[in-house]
Amino acid sequence: MARAAREITPGMVVNLGIGLPTRVVDHLSADFPVCLHTENGLTGIGPAKGQDSADRNLIDAGGAYVSTVPGSACFDSATSFAIVRSGRLDLTMLGAFEVSATGDLANWKIPGKFSPGAGGGIELAQKARRVVVVTTHCDRAGNPKLKQACALPLTARGCVARIFTDMAVIDVTGEGFALLETAEGISVTEVAEATGAPLALPDSPVPTF
Amino acid sequence: MRLPDKTAAMDEAIAGIKDGDTVMVGGFGVPGTPMTLIHALVDHGARDLTLVKNDANEPGMGIDHLLQSGQVARLITTHLGLNNHAIELMNAGALTVEFNAQGILAERIRAGGAGLGAVLSDIGIDTELAAGKQVVEMGGKTWLVEPALRADAALIHADRGDPFGNLAYVATAQNFNPLMAMAAARVIAEAETVLPLGQLGANQVHTPGVFVDHVVALGDLSEEYAVVRR
Repeated sequence: MARAAREITPGMVVNLGIGLPTRVVDHLSADFPVCLHTENGLTGIGPAKGQDSADRNLIDAGGAYVSTVPGSACFDSATSFAIVRSGRLDLTMLGAFEVSATGDLANWKIPGKFSPGAGGGIELAQKARRVVVVTTHCDRAGNPKLKQACALPLTARGCVARIFTDMAVIDVTGEGFALLETAEGISVTEVAEATGAPLALPDSPVPTF
Repeated sequence: MRLPDKTAAMDEAIAGIKDGDTVMVGGFGVPGTPMTLIHALVDHGARDLTLVKNDANEPGMGIDHLLQSGQVARLITTHLGLNNHAIELMNAGALTVEFNAQGILAERIRAGGAGLGAVLSDIGIDTELAAGKQVVEMGGKTWLVEPALRADAALIHADRGDPFGNLAYVATAQNFNPLMAMAAARVIAEAETVLPLGQLGANQVHTPGVFVDHVVALGDLSEEYAVVRR
């Protein structure tokens, strides 16, 4: 999470998807200059609120109670997605069921098992200027989430630029997956074995995070 | 001159909703969901409804009451993730669900409210969400045709209103409310406070009263509007 938070650079407009990505915000300092956006109609998300101090009218898209910061703005759902589709969103961090070697993302539907609808996820994946995925490297059964091609219905094609997992940081390049960094205590071989497609290795030693 | 008074009793406002109607319901989670109007629609009993709502609330809350009472045949929505009951109904074939991308649902409703026929969008164009949709070429690009959405009735929650139907929203309780308030033949708004004409400043109005047919003043808010204890 701390490594993924470094993906956010000063001045960005950022949307953090439901699930693991939301926790990235805990690693940003209070004076870091960034504008966080949530689909249900808020720019300038402040720290999360506990039940006792929450404003009943102020939630993020995952239903968590949040706060505002000086300069926050509230707006309707059409305006919120105008921000997304028109390229004002510099970065989104999304969860994933599968990511393909060409950057296809599947994160909304497992036919017959899980189909609650994609909400705003399709527009985030297709239209944010940069899409990074924050996920566990493998699913609960131990199968790789990074694959040559996605088997599940796609959220968007060719959208993912970078993947942060519990094992590694991996870029999606024109030639497929490329290893950038490994987690401390994880070997390059372990990452390659847990990845369901060829993994290009850098010429120099792989840094750890 | 004086602007007309549209304040109404809850049951009178709801009475015009008929079996088979399409009803838009504002809200995203609890904020902006017209909990009181939803209970009035349960009491009214109209059946075979098509609901248009961003989400299905949570079990035992908001539109889940209409799902539990069996009044809903079809739901046009974006995400049901917080309501397992809705997912069970869908999986059992007891509820037809049409999923839309969230911003596209918003634009379809906005187009309906603005007197337009459709919007052109490339969202989901190369995924299964594009299946069955009309495709057009425009400006050298390929677009999906997303038909405008209108409803027989819209149920709206506002923070403040006035007797003419001018409405103002707060925080993330705005969401789909101002869009749906433009897109139905009969727009019914519940307002936490109904101020005398002139007290809701002209520059504070989010939804002009011309779009609104009935305004209902809420008294003390029920627990359903409160912070959810999970």
